[in-house]
Amino acid sequence: MTPNVHRQSANLSTSGPRAGAVVGVAHDEKPQGGVRRRAKRPVSGALGVLIVGFWLLMALAGPWLAPHGANALVGFEVFGPISLEYPLGTDFLGRDILSRLLHGAPYTIGVALAATVLACLFGVVLGLVAAASGGWLDAVISRTQDALIAIPNKIFALIMVAAFGSSVPLLLVMAAFAYMPGSYRIARAVAVNVMTMDFVQVARARGEALPYIMFVEVLPNMLRPVLTDFGLRFVYVVLLLSAMSFLGLGVQPPEADWGSLVRENIQGLGDGAPAVLAPAIAIATLTVGVNLIIDSFGARAKREMES
Amino acid sequence: MNDIVKVAGLRVAARNDAGVDVPIVHGADFTLKKGEVLALIGESGSGKTTIALALMGYARAGCRIVGGSVRIGDVEVLEQSDASLAKLRGRTVAYIAQSAAAAFNPAKTIMEQVIESALIHGVMSRRAAQAKAVELFRALALPDPDNIGARYPHQVSGGQLQRLMAAMALITDPALVILDEPTTALDVTTQIEVLRAFKKVVRDLDTTAVYVSHDLAVVAQMADRIVVLRNGEIQENSRTEQILVEPEHPYTCSLLAAMKPTVSQGAPGRREDQAKEALLLDVRGLDICYGSKRVVQDIDLQVRRGATVGIIGESGSGKTTVARAIAGLVAPSAGQVLLDGQPLSGTLAGRTREQFRRVQYVFQNADTALNPQHTIEEILARPLRFYHGMRSAQRRRRVAELMELVQLPASLATRRPSELSGGQKQRINLARALAAEPDLILCDEVTSALDTVVGAAILELMAELRRELNVSYLFISHDIRTVRSICDEVVVMYAGAKVEQGNRSTFQAPPYHPYTHLLIDSVPEMHQGWLEETRAGRGTLPQIAAPSESMPLCPFLARCPVRIEGKCNKVAPPRVWLEKGSEILCHHTDSDLRHFDELVPAMVVSG
Repeated sequence: MTPNVHRQSANLSTSGPRAGAVVGVAHDEKPQGGVRRRAKRPVSGALGVLIVGFWLLMALAGPWLAPHGANALVGFEVFGPISLEYPLGTDFLGRDILSRLLHGAPYTIGVALAATVLACLFGVVLGLVAAASGGWLDAVISRTQDALIAIPNKIFALIMVAAFGSSVPLLLVMAAFAYMPGSYRIARAVAVNVMTMDFVQVARARGEALPYIMFVEVLPNMLRPVLTDFGLRFVYVVLLLSAMSFLGLGVQPPEADWGSLVRENIQGLGDGAPAVLAPAIAIATLTVGVNLIIDSFGARAKREMES
Repeated sequence: MNDIVKVAGLRVAARNDAGVDVPIVHGADFTLKKGEVLALIGESGSGKTTIALALMGYARAGCRIVGGSVRIGDVEVLEQSDASLAKLRGRTVAYIAQSAAAAFNPAKTIMEQVIESALIHGVMSRRAAQAKAVELFRALALPDPDNIGARYPHQVSGGQLQRLMAAMALITDPALVILDEPTTALDVTTQIEVLRAFKKVVRDLDTTAVYVSHDLAVVAQMADRIVVLRNGEIQENSRTEQILVEPEHPYTCSLLAAMKPTVSQGAPGRREDQAKEALLLDVRGLDICYGSKRVVQDIDLQVRRGATVGIIGESGSGKTTVARAIAGLVAPSAGQVLLDGQPLSGTLAGRTREQFRRVQYVFQNADTALNPQHTIEEILARPLRFYHGMRSAQRRRRVAELMELVQLPASLATRRPSELSGGQKQRINLARALAAEPDLILCDEVTSALDTVVGAAILELMAELRRELNVSYLFISHDIRTVRSICDEVVVMYAGAKVEQGNRSTFQAPPYHPYTHLLIDSVPEMHQGWLEETRAGRGTLPQIAAPSESMPLCPFLARCPVRIEGKCNKVAPPRVWLEKGSEILCHHTDSDLRHFDELVPAMVVSG
């Protein structure tokens, strides 16, 4: 008989005070699970970790590993094919694509990561504050975030760049700002559910202050959805930054992130030049890798729910 | 051979984390004759629901039927394909779940759902099914049987919904009905109506049924045979009268013993001292409103140091709200809460840390009251640090002491709540309150989520702690037996009002308030025929004129079997002191209530 210990969220038990209670507990002297559940991540999740781990490493070590400088005109051939000397071919000016890809990795991954961390950090903290305090503060924060969420991300990004000109700090702040409301919505929704749990009531009745309740009681219980959301949001930010670069409004030449690599080599597309395919594949693998990890989170949560 | 159900060597296994099958039902054998009611009884985890579900060829997620046979009529259930099982379920075997509120779809009318299985299985036309449903509604003593089907589930009460679910199960005339704890979630006074309706229908329709329950007293009313289960093994399978009178198996004896709470907490000799003990908590004229609705009105309550005061009432009587107001979680709209003569603020923000420390709240459900992400050590250490500012080494020592105090091994300190059993969690819940070294612990239904045996152990522990630490308890419960046996003083609440208050001795014999009478008479007793004998919920209420809207009247007026025309519906009842020392809110006099039985008009003594 499986004890329904996972039926924890208050909104799931709809019936009387004792409903489900009697079947929901096990023997007094018999613990329910001897050993802590060991998380088994499926193969796809491991693959995702492998891919993302690889790219994170490249973001850190890429510029040092690159055989040539980012802007070194090394090849005589433009849109050169894959060769021993230039493993991913050369670009429209005869620069080594592998080197440019490795030099671009910190921009694409680093800026996206920083922007996502900022977006989630502010989103989660605001969500917690709103859920824990409720009342007018909740209303003010929520309506402000609703107003922000109403602006389409790409339009917002275009306006910001048009107004202030493109630079890495601007892109970072812009992306963080654009994706904060979504993160806030998720965090607040989860936090509101956790706030109704009895252990939060216990903490309130103990006389705990709001920060303790928010960060010690509530936050640990919302980490999984928040992390899942973080991964998803990271993918969106990568795509937004790449799209901005593709439009020529992202990282400015001569520096290049992956999105601008695709754009500047777009003429090679007709010839199937590796110069345009390689950065596109890099973007694709990064986003797919992150998604694989997220999916394995979700699958694990589902398995635990079933057991 | 008239065995309609034959179960032989049934084995069910559950897969654990390591992917290994662990048997949870070890070879169950039993048979049922046509028209017989068999009860499966045991604590949680004994496999009773697992066996009941296996009768439908079903095993819950993670479980698997690994062997044995289940025959219903001529059909071997365990050999059926999924398609033929779908034909069997709801047609040959019907299932009545514990929580009817969760089993009904709130978006469809009741009739739609009751006749659904008849239409799916094509046993009758829609018109015939509807006619049959109305007939069943009538048999189940539902109000307005002709029209109740047009309502939606939220428009009927919990007890009615449970009976409607029985109608849903019986619509196809199944060969076997499985009732899985159908009354566990109901109040005793509602349970009695549901049990009566079930019993009548089962007898009238000659239904074969399996009744799953943890409550031997309930089962004694319903079942012809009882199968006692423990850890997936059948301990005893006998006729009901034999189990009740001379149980063979020692485990059955221990179950019977646990049903009678014998905790004698306040030793009788202590009561005189207690009168001298200082008043700890004094609640005066407490009123609580949610919006415009007044959920608690005019509650006076005193708790002396070292005393246990019980609050009892049905769900919705406002008993938990009172405790929440004392803890500061709900702001009262009028009245005062005094702790040692000092008024406590109505809101959390207005209380000092010392006031918080002195009043601790133990929640009903330890599953949700312990943060699943914290270890036991963190849970217990927090109040030590918060209230007493202990350093880490000192905290660790104190946590070990607390665990010992609630009789748990210190090795559990590194675990998380999900790795503990229900009883262990409740002990931690209690230990956390004790960590504050409080003067008063508010216990909200602390045993109602636990098995009888485990709950009895918790009560025993609480009694011990009281003796050792001289804490006071405010004990909130719906179970009048428990309250009567452990509390020095009892408050009975109905619809937010205090209808009776007295000490333990006044709750041993009448006169009581009519509502207290109903509560006491509704508690199932451990002998067959109790359901037919008890007065509770029987007979017709005296006719009275519609009460005047403007006046505050007796809260129990609508259900009172001894209400008086011209008095109860006109004037608010006075607080009356009975001779034996209790205080009630009623128009009746002491001598009237002494002969309560004669007051109750013309009882209909039938099934």
